[in-house]
Amino acid sequence: MGAISLQQVNKAFGETVVIPSIDLEVTDGEFVVFVGPSGCGKSTLLRLIAGLEDVSGGTIKIDGSDATLTPPSKRGLSMVFQSYALYPHMSVRRNIAFPLKMAGLDKDEAMRRVDAAAASLNLTDYLDRRPGQLSGGQRQRVAIGRAIVREPTAFLFDEPLSNLDAALRVNMRLEISELHQQLKTTMIYVTHDQVEAMTLADKIVVLNAGRIEQVGSPLELYREPANLFVAGFIGSPRMNFVSAAAAESHGAHTVGIRPEHLDLSTTAGEWQGKVGVAEHLGSDTFLHVHLDGGGTITARADGEFPVSHGSAIWLTPQADKFHRFDADGNRLP
Amino acid sequence: MARAVSTRRKATFTVAAWAIALAIFFPILWTFLTSFKTEGDAIASPPMFVFFDWNLSAYEAVNQRTNYLKHFWNSVVISFGSTILGLVIAVPAAWAMAFVPAKQTKNVLMWMLSTKMLPPVGVVIPIFLIFRNTGLLDTRTGLVIVLMLINLPIIVWMLFTYFREIPGEILEAARMDGADLRSELLYVLTPMAMPGIASTLLLNVILAWNEAFWTLNLTAAKAAPLTAFIASFSSPEGLFFAKLSAASTMAIAPILVLGWFSQKQLVRGLTFGAVK
Repeated sequence: MGAISLQQVNKAFGETVVIPSIDLEVTDGEFVVFVGPSGCGKSTLLRLIAGLEDVSGGTIKIDGSDATLTPPSKRGLSMVFQSYALYPHMSVRRNIAFPLKMAGLDKDEAMRRVDAAAASLNLTDYLDRRPGQLSGGQRQRVAIGRAIVREPTAFLFDEPLSNLDAALRVNMRLEISELHQQLKTTMIYVTHDQVEAMTLADKIVVLNAGRIEQVGSPLELYREPANLFVAGFIGSPRMNFVSAAAAESHGAHTVGIRPEHLDLSTTAGEWQGKVGVAEHLGSDTFLHVHLDGGGTITARADGEFPVSHGSAIWLTPQADKFHRFDADGNRLP
Repeated sequence: MARAVSTRRKATFTVAAWAIALAIFFPILWTFLTSFKTEGDAIASPPMFVFFDWNLSAYEAVNQRTNYLKHFWNSVVISFGSTILGLVIAVPAAWAMAFVPAKQTKNVLMWMLSTKMLPPVGVVIPIFLIFRNTGLLDTRTGLVIVLMLINLPIIVWMLFTYFREIPGEILEAARMDGADLRSELLYVLTPMAMPGIASTLLLNVILAWNEAFWTLNLTAAKAAPLTAFIASFSSPEGLFFAKLSAASTMAIAPILVLGWFSQKQLVRGLTFGAVK
């Protein structure tokens, strides 16, 4: 079981309010990702759930019982840190076994579990090494091993992939996803990377300035962002926004159109402009187009699209893909 | 970094460095040499440097007059006892100041250090009276307590500096792994700070070993450590340089040996965290 419920949870450091008030339900077995820009309070929220920070107000329930004042060691949660936070003076084996030692588990049973965890994470050959002798990816796997051996109620991940290089990050992302399929344990994952959020989550919680902007499945957020912030944050490259006359014709204060929902042509179309920067990735082409009417728009074409700086180009937005927002930035139906 | 330094300049600096080192070391060397002289040779004028009748008469006299081993053992108990007791108190204190600082933590640290600025002689009467009334005068327990209190600010400061180098996330990881405060200190913080704790221990053992003001004022015979043993040879009957030197050599030898063997640990501990 691993249901977590936050009721009017708030946090202030002295005079500074980091989280005004948050209500959130995480159901058992769910993979929830907290995403948002730096300083939005996502890590603080995770640390409140972990018990590493005390709430200023509100209630945290784990499996239905009030855990607001329970110390972190008694909450039954495991955490994987961005810096790995391994114990440098212990071997990999003793690192992974540490939570079991703290739980007072029988030594043979502990070793059996450590060996099983090490085997599933490809760490068997490294059990007698110290963390200092491992690569970044291996260290992160040790941190994950340490988290899984104690069979926690839920896993908490605090930007676990930020210190890894790009290729390794993709691999570890897949491993974490597989781990979730395998264990079916609740996971709460903090990241500022919306690709990680989109690929891992059952449910994404978009945070901004300590408030929840929207909660939903990755595709719900992509298709129906609740406001300008979510629309701009989810999706890469980010959504184009147009205000003024063009928006009013759609009966909105601002309209948004994603780069992939613009049809491109070198001969004719609705909006005319010139290519500023063309990024040819092979699989996609991203174009930054300066419109003749003013403003810059990003467009995405599938595969290769043979234009370069200064080429004339026409863009035609797909009519049913417009997102309309009112003056307060909220989505219009 | 390579720098061009002329040979002459190098030679000048080398000679100057040796001269200064020798000047600092000379009193110890002189004490050591004098300890092998007769009392007559010890006060000869002009002084005899190496060409004298080397003998162990001063050591024999010292050993006949006093019980060196008793003083030595008192010194060991007092210096290690006060330091270990100090560490037991200082580890949690430094943990709290390094990892859960409060608004006043800095002020508390400064206040602790400021107690070292008070001249000990200023509090000798109240402490003497407290010791007399509680029966702690001339006891090893009393000296362990007083030397622990004297050195506690330094122990806390040193540990605080080492602990601050340890990433807080590792302690948080221990908490998430189910460690209570005791386990966190015992299994994670202390082993990680071991180089720092070891050098704190060594330095404070040396400070306590050499402490003379309190050990002389609060002891008479039973608990007297080596400092009192040396002092007993500068007696009112006159100065016996050879015997005094022999006693001094015997008193400082153990701590010099300890310092010599732990040099590496001391330097490593004192520069801990300077280079990551």
